[in-house]
Amino acid sequence: MIDKPYSPRSSKLHEWVTTADHKKLGVMYIVCGIIYLIVAGCEALMIRWQLAVPENDVLSAETYNAFFTMHGTTMIFLVGMPILLGAANYFIPLMIGARDMAFPRLNAFGFWLFFFGGLLLYFSFLGGQGLSGEEGAPDVGWFAYAPLTSTTFSPGSSTDYWIISLFVAGMGSIMTAINLVTTILTMRCKGMTLMKMPIFAWMMLVDAILILIALPTLTAIQIMLLLDRQFGAHFFDAQAGADPLIWQHLFWFFGHPEVYILILPGFAFVSEVTPVFSRKVLFGYPLMVIATISIGFIALGVWAHHMFATGLSPTVLAYFSGATFLIGVPTGMKIFNWIATLWGGQIRFATPMLFAVGFIAMFTIGGLTGIMLAVVPMDWQLSDTYFVVGHFHFVLFGGLLFAIFSGFFYWFPKVTGKMLNETLGKWQFWFLFAGFLLTFGPMHFSGFEGMPRRIYTYMPNRGLEFYNMLSSIGAVVQIFGFGLFVVNVLHSLRKGKPAGDDPWDAWTLEWSTTSPPPPWNFATIPSIASRRPLWDTKHPDDPDWKYE
Amino acid sequence: MTSQPNSIAVPKMLPHGHVGMMSVITTEIFFFATLIVVYLAYLGKSISGPTPEELLSIGLASINTVALLASSVTIILALKALRASNQKKFLTWLLVTVALGAWFLVGTAIEWTGLVGDAHFTLQTNLFGSTFYTLVGFHAFHVTFGVCALSFIWFCGFMGWVQKKHHQNIEYVSWYWHFVDTVWIAVFLVVYVIGR
Ligand SMILES: [Cu+2]
Repeated sequence: MIDKPYSPRSSKLHEWVTTADHKKLGVMYIVCGIIYLIVAGCEALMIRWQLAVPENDVLSAETYNAFFTMHGTTMIFLVGMPILLGAANYFIPLMIGARDMAFPRLNAFGFWLFFFGGLLLYFSFLGGQGLSGEEGAPDVGWFAYAPLTSTTFSPGSSTDYWIISLFVAGMGSIMTAINLVTTILTMRCKGMTLMKMPIFAWMMLVDAILILIALPTLTAIQIMLLLDRQFGAHFFDAQAGADPLIWQHLFWFFGHPEVYILILPGFAFVSEVTPVFSRKVLFGYPLMVIATISIGFIALGVWAHHMFATGLSPTVLAYFSGATFLIGVPTGMKIFNWIATLWGGQIRFATPMLFAVGFIAMFTIGGLTGIMLAVVPMDWQLSDTYFVVGHFHFVLFGGLLFAIFSGFFYWFPKVTGKMLNETLGKWQFWFLFAGFLLTFGPMHFSGFEGMPRRIYTYMPNRGLEFYNMLSSIGAVVQIFGFGLFVVNVLHSLRKGKPAGDDPWDAWTLEWSTTSPPPPWNFATIPSIASRRPLWDTKHPDDPDWKYE
Repeated sequence: MTSQPNSIAVPKMLPHGHVGMMSVITTEIFFFATLIVVYLAYLGKSISGPTPEELLSIGLASINTVALLASSVTIILALKALRASNQKKFLTWLLVTVALGAWFLVGTAIEWTGLVGDAHFTLQTNLFGSTFYTLVGFHAFHVTFGVCALSFIWFCGFMGWVQKKHHQNIEYVSWYWHFVDTVWIAVFLVVYVIGR
């Protein structure tokens, strides 16, 4: 009797679930991120519906609380984080000329932790019913201030879902960060010294180090909170002598760097796109590196600017205000470098470039309102108003999300082998741009008028109706933008123009291999002599390495 | 026509394990730093007793400290023996390391039995209880993990599966062990010296 030859059971699903390939994991991260983007976007739409007119009752106060909490938590931990980790996963090995990450199985483990963490958070809508029959989903805000999270004020288990799901997803992020640091520091191809890395790799390196430093603090305080809630500890229990402000200090020691963890990859995307579509080298590469590292350092020392209204001493206020101004310096350096890259270039306004330029402009505005909030008396006036909401949406929507779309349109051809439709892409940009300004611009004014954030409704005749109506109309305009994006992706996956290896005439190593790249990335490991290896190959008479 | 300069620098790069383990330790440092900061911030803030002075004895903790510090030395000796291909010496020193780690855990268990059983002092008693058990507990958890890892290596060595060529991997485990020891020095200073 002859045994049948061993044939492993294999299906598409089996292949994706068991993969340890950095490209597949990267794609899964990004697909999950986009799905959650749509989910959290719908939550935002419900919020805008509720706030469109005064004393509206589309959402109850409790549901409203759950929706803004889930919107913020999802956007940060289940949209921003996976998209940035996914992009780093996919492109770091390709850009530095490696065949995979340093620890592929750890990489897969990190992804699945994120995946199940996300599911756990959303399961709270169904399973969060606590003993007291409270609403399901977490409703304590994405920064979950003590003592609101104590069992007294937050009975039931919704806050426990918030703690445990973010704990699980956070462990995944830490593992991926370990992997990224190791990959970038140990797996660069021949010729790629640190100062010859693509700027993308530099920014992701600093980003991963920030994750290693900031995330364990969140993990630690979440454990303390869980001990408080489940085992009767007193970490944030003022009646036992604890200081609930400790939560705020430690949360923001994580939370502020987290903002930079989210935006640095945005910087990375734009720093790759801008030179290619200006047909120039990135202006001031060494300065970019220095600015990135200084941002990493300073980001660890500014956390209390989120706490100006909590009665800190004048010395502390002065320090944190000053440090916050200081972080504007390296950030401003970057903005000038991008503008200098555009300056005198042969700019091609393809969709990636539209979004990149949109990013530079909108992020600058968001950065400037941030500087306004660093002025202590100004912050006292504006703290917890819609001005703050407007400010950070300029940073994270006009900034980060535009950068993500810029990178998405730029690298989609590499990942899928198909071009996205340019016409749809441009329409998407203009719809999003208009909708974005209409939604978040007026928030600065309603904030000045004193409209508090996180309150489920407002009174008529206080000068707030007009701004809120504008914001809600803007949200509707955005629907068209996001709709076009989904249509474009689904259409292009089936019928998109074939991309070829290098559709944008770009210069970094990922464009030297096929689209999509083979599982082994490169048939022979490349070796490079300058920051733009493909320029050197395309222009052997005038290579970059002569000047670097 | 050449598109490459005559010589291309080969960047000097560390092995994966070096950077990977250092990253793990970096992130762990910030985890423990948070626990220690909270312990210090809440020192003397408990509204009701008991206080650290009433409960903690520096004697037992000092013995524990000696055991753990000694284990940092013995693991270096074990590694040295492995590199010299002296299998027997390697296994002996590794076993001593495991024993010292286990001793530390037993010491902690004795201390905790006294605190919980005799003094009825738990996580729930007061702020001091919450911070004490969390900080010391998480450290002990790390020691437990280390003891398990070292025991596993010892078992593999005993079966003859660990050879000189594995010394690099064993060294990474030893880094973790040194890290756990260093954290204990910080915990000991904070809890038993400054905080008492
Ligand atoms: Cu901040």
